[in-house]
Amino acid sequence: MEKQPVAEKKRSVKEKRKIRILPFVVLTVFLFVFLAGVLTGEPSRVLEQSWQICLSCIGIG
Amino acid sequence: MELGRKWVQLVIAFLTNGYWGFPVSRTIYQGPLKVVCSPGLNCYSCPAATTYCPMGALQQLMVSIRFSLETGHYYVGLYVLGCIGVVGSFLGRMVCGWACPFGFIQEMLHKIPSRKWGVPRILRFFKYAVLFGMVLLLPLFVVSEFGLGEPWFCKYLCPAGTLEAGIPMLFLRPELRGTIGWLFYNKLIIMIFFIIWSVLASRPFCRVGCPLGAFYALFSRVKLVKLQLDEAKCTQCEACHHVCPMGVKFNESPNDAECISCMACMNKACRFDAISLSVAGIPLRTTEVVKAKRAEG
Repeated sequence: MEKQPVAEKKRSVKEKRKIRILPFVVLTVFLFVFLAGVLTGEPSRVLEQSWQICLSCIGIG
Repeated sequence: MELGRKWVQLVIAFLTNGYWGFPVSRTIYQGPLKVVCSPGLNCYSCPAATTYCPMGALQQLMVSIRFSLETGHYYVGLYVLGCIGVVGSFLGRMVCGWACPFGFIQEMLHKIPSRKWGVPRILRFFKYAVLFGMVLLLPLFVVSEFGLGEPWFCKYLCPAGTLEAGIPMLFLRPELRGTIGWLFYNKLIIMIFFIIWSVLASRPFCRVGCPLGAFYALFSRVKLVKLQLDEAKCTQCEACHHVCPMGVKFNESPNDAECISCMACMNKACRFDAISLSVAGIPLRTTEVVKAKRAEG
């Protein structure tokens, strides 16, 4: 069996350790979605909702 | 590592359910922290809940979307989606393994000695139907004459809501006991079903019915922090198959949407340093087993 040359081996290890960019892109997209939500004032609506007990939502009433 | 994970689960369960004044106030927490998103499934009608449940909030926004738009408010779920999207981009289903109180409860139930069963893999698709059907589409499109929908998942399915909110509220407010009907009994039966199933199988609700798990699963290939397989080191010994609580065959599908990154495969099974935790593709550490072996000799 032919041995893999050292330089090639090092290169393959380096390639494996390449930083993945896609997670940062997805993260940025969702950060913008989050900010858009904040700008529309949605947190106050979420807060209002979460202060109330929705009885039918928990199977009562 | 397993003990560490249990502690993280416990601490997060207490942080997201940290309001212990409810026996006196006889109501739920109504402070400013409720604007913070709970990373895991945690009913915000639970008397002790200090954060909001993203699935509950998303449904409520879908339910009243027409009313909001008519009144000039653009409450279309961007804030909630942004919150869970950011968490999902970072951790994906690692949240299920480390930060979900209901996942923690299921894990504890599974420790009860009994004969253990697997969960058929085909059932995993049901949770996507729950996410898109019961959380998004039905609340949005099935509406009353007033243009209001219903939170289908919370109302008809969520066992976490029954366990964490429905039952405690009945104890807290005895006057509500007269109002319970088929809706409550339906949810009670579903909750009991999942409790029994959790004893017999590992994390059945996470695998079959959780819409939040389904959402996080969409990030399995693009999340920042994930377990990584070094194919050159993997000997296909299949040891990782036997320890996974989610039934993932890690060596065959390292990007499996079911992987909750509990690291059991990395720490308990792999003896060849083939599995590592990585951030954006950069491996962070080697397994404890390999480290111990190295230390031995």
